Amino acid sequence: MTDRRTTIKLIIAAAAGVPALRARATYRLEPGASAPGPLREFEPTMHGYGPDPDLIKAYEKGAFWPLTLSAEQKQLAASLSDLIIPADDHSPSASAVGVVDFIDEWVSAPYPQQREDRETILNGFAWLDGQARHAAEQPFAKLHEGEQRKICDRICNVSRAPAALQQPAQFFATYRNLTAAGFYTTLAGRKDLKYIGNVALTHFDGPPVELLKRLGLA
Amino acid sequence: MPFVTANTQRGSYDVIIVGSGAGGGQTAYTLCMEGVRVLMLEAGRQYTPAHETPMFQTPDMAPLGGAGTPDKNKGFYDATIDGGWDVPGEPYVSVPDKWGGNFTWWRARMLGGRTNHWGRISLRNGPYDFKPRSRDGLGFDWPIGYDDVAPYYDKVELLIGVYGGETSLENTPAGPGGTLLPPPKPIVSDHLLMHRAPPLGIPVLPGRRAVLTRAQDHRTIPGKLHPGNARAQQILADAMRKRSPCLWATPCGRGCAVAANYQSTTVHLPPALATGNLDIITNAMVYEVTMGRNGRANGVRFVDATTGRHEHATARVIVLGASACESARILLNSKSGQFPNGLGNSSGLVGRYVLDTVGSSVGAQIPLLENLPPLNEDAADGLQVYVPWWLYKEQLAHKLPFPRGYHIEYGGGKGMPSIGTFSGFEWLTGGSYGRKFKEDARRYYGSFVYFDGRGAMVPNDKCYVEIDPKVKDRFGIPVLRFHWQWGDYEQRQAVHMQETFGQIVQAMGGRVQTPIITDPVKAIAPGGYMIHEVGGTIMGASAHNSVTNSWSQTWDVPNVFVADGGVFPYNADKNPTLTIMALAWRMSDHIMERMKRREI
Repeated sequence: MTDRRTTIKLIIAAAAGVPALRARATYRLEPGASAPGPLREFEPTMHGYGPDPDLIKAYEKGAFWPLTLSAEQKQLAASLSDLIIPADDHSPSASAVGVVDFIDEWVSAPYPQQREDRETILNGFAWLDGQARHAAEQPFAKLHEGEQRKICDRICNVSRAPAALQQPAQFFATYRNLTAAGFYTTLAGRKDLKYIGNVALTHFDGPPVELLKRLGLA
Repeated sequence: MPFVTANTQRGSYDVIIVGSGAGGGQTAYTLCMEGVRVLMLEAGRQYTPAHETPMFQTPDMAPLGGAGTPDKNKGFYDATIDGGWDVPGEPYVSVPDKWGGNFTWWRARMLGGRTNHWGRISLRNGPYDFKPRSRDGLGFDWPIGYDDVAPYYDKVELLIGVYGGETSLENTPAGPGGTLLPPPKPIVSDHLLMHRAPPLGIPVLPGRRAVLTRAQDHRTIPGKLHPGNARAQQILADAMRKRSPCLWATPCGRGCAVAANYQSTTVHLPPALATGNLDIITNAMVYEVTMGRNGRANGVRFVDATTGRHEHATARVIVLGASACESARILLNSKSGQFPNGLGNSSGLVGRYVLDTVGSSVGAQIPLLENLPPLNEDAADGLQVYVPWWLYKEQLAHKLPFPRGYHIEYGGGKGMPSIGTFSGFEWLTGGSYGRKFKEDARRYYGSFVYFDGRGAMVPNDKCYVEIDPKVKDRFGIPVLRFHWQWGDYEQRQAVHMQETFGQIVQAMGGRVQTPIITDPVKAIAPGGYMIHEVGGTIMGASAHNSVTNSWSQTWDVPNVFVADGGVFPYNADKNPTLTIMALAWRMSDHIMERMKRREI
């Protein structure tokens, strides 16, 4: 389970030198609707999957509620997810294994935790874009990795972030949690970690004795 | 057709059982195998583990990566359906305690009830656990002792299949030998506990869970359980052959399609149905036990949840196994001229002395377990080993600030990555992202362990349920109002758990994820969280101080029995399910004796 987080109302500090947030427009969700902008009230009209869903079938993202991120938001989501989990010698990047859809499904869900995260994330997206435009007159997704890191280095650790950046830092922590959640629950993520379970065995032998000896446990 | 409706049920039955979980399932099994004709009423829907269990499904196949939601509180793949902390249309009321905490009540509306998702931890109560007042002057003694229940622990372990190890530790009994299946091999993190805890004076034993670590001995067990009853032996042998041993994969909390662990729907109900003596009505929400003219109950009323119709079923004997608080609710709602305060409530104790388990947890990270080679550590899905309570002598000498003990449920290993595996990871990584984050994930994966303390609760009169005067559920049935207040003993015990976890983590060379909690109010989980609520129809030695006698029979009405945890006058640290089953079997034997003697 994702850690319980306190509600974050992102107030952009004047010190950060970015435009103040616009007032929120009420936004009613319609399937396939493109998002008018990064900030809006989210009033889902649909229910969740209910207390008795079919547990056997595999679900596509958006099977129970429509996905709602706009094309621009998805670009930002992809660039931020890949900044957090890039491709390396072990596995592909987060966006290459569907993490953007995972996050879209998450922030589009009708449940309280997800709605709270939606606010955190969409406000965070707006903050990132504001920072990017301020620094380079480009949206965050269009920045080079070095420029993106320059922004994110300031918010990647809640306990080290200055008071004025606590809320962007909370956003980054939430987004990193979700990116890791989406990535490491895929086959590629399991392979990266060399998870070799979830297969039927006729017997379970426990760890090799040599390993226990090496650890001083045998 | 064993699954019947209100219209197709037979005219009358020997016994009606309300509820199909551990207590109801065991009662139906015991009675039907001996030829008693039983009608079981289950409030939830029919449920078929063989077809409905998500074995091997991975989190990416589920919405939200399998996250818990208001619809599925313990995750998408948890076996609980139509249940959780809130059941739609079936509210309950909770009066906050003096710290603002509320009792929460987990229910499942499905055949087999909560046995489909439970942790399968199957510890016997020991001799002290039946006579706690005799030992320290607090709470209540049971009217029965360990020796009364031990033969039934033996039987239940043989029937359902429990792995574990022999032990001679104080108040931590095992059977006479041969009732337990071999324990699973420990995983690396288990070896670490086995290595580091004993030097602190803390023992580590093989876990005990209702999981088949090998096939059951279908040749000898049926004869032991049903001597002289060839048909029952044959039915049980067939049922045992249909169960697979553990596949060493996929979490037990999802249920088990191959019946490798115990749930009522895979172990108790199939042989009971095979006898032809069991009829089951699902979606039958029982709300009242009805009285006949002779001071005996004659049946129950229920709402057919699919039609909304009110129905009546009749039998010679009524057994309530609806769960401790739900059975108390039914009794309190069964008002009549004879019982204006509810059936079986002449003592005024129906709903009183509800108990839960003390819970407190800590997670930790262990550097020694970093960067281990690939290992399949799905194992038995947890509790390969555990820590039994070990300070009985200190407690007896009043050297501890709380009178009763706890055990530690411990886990770790390279389980299947979930959405939470790397959540809140900054405390280790310093906030890494990018390639460094992936390296950190590989490094730390499998290096986490957790400790769950599970402790005994001394009964207190501030923990009870009553009928709320206003609120009704969607069927129009008055609902329960919970009152809850942990005592000082429980809170101090939770602090001791925390301190013990801290010592063990230190001895492992690890670091705790959250600070050890020394505030007694904050160290303890809220009431109900452990889903071990028992009591409310407690058994005792006299009609003045209890609701049921030592046979789980209500003092007031001789043909009404309680088969669930409601009869517990004390909740030891041992998880209650095994004891519920042992008592239900014992009660069922007694019911049959009394029926043969025509006393009921």
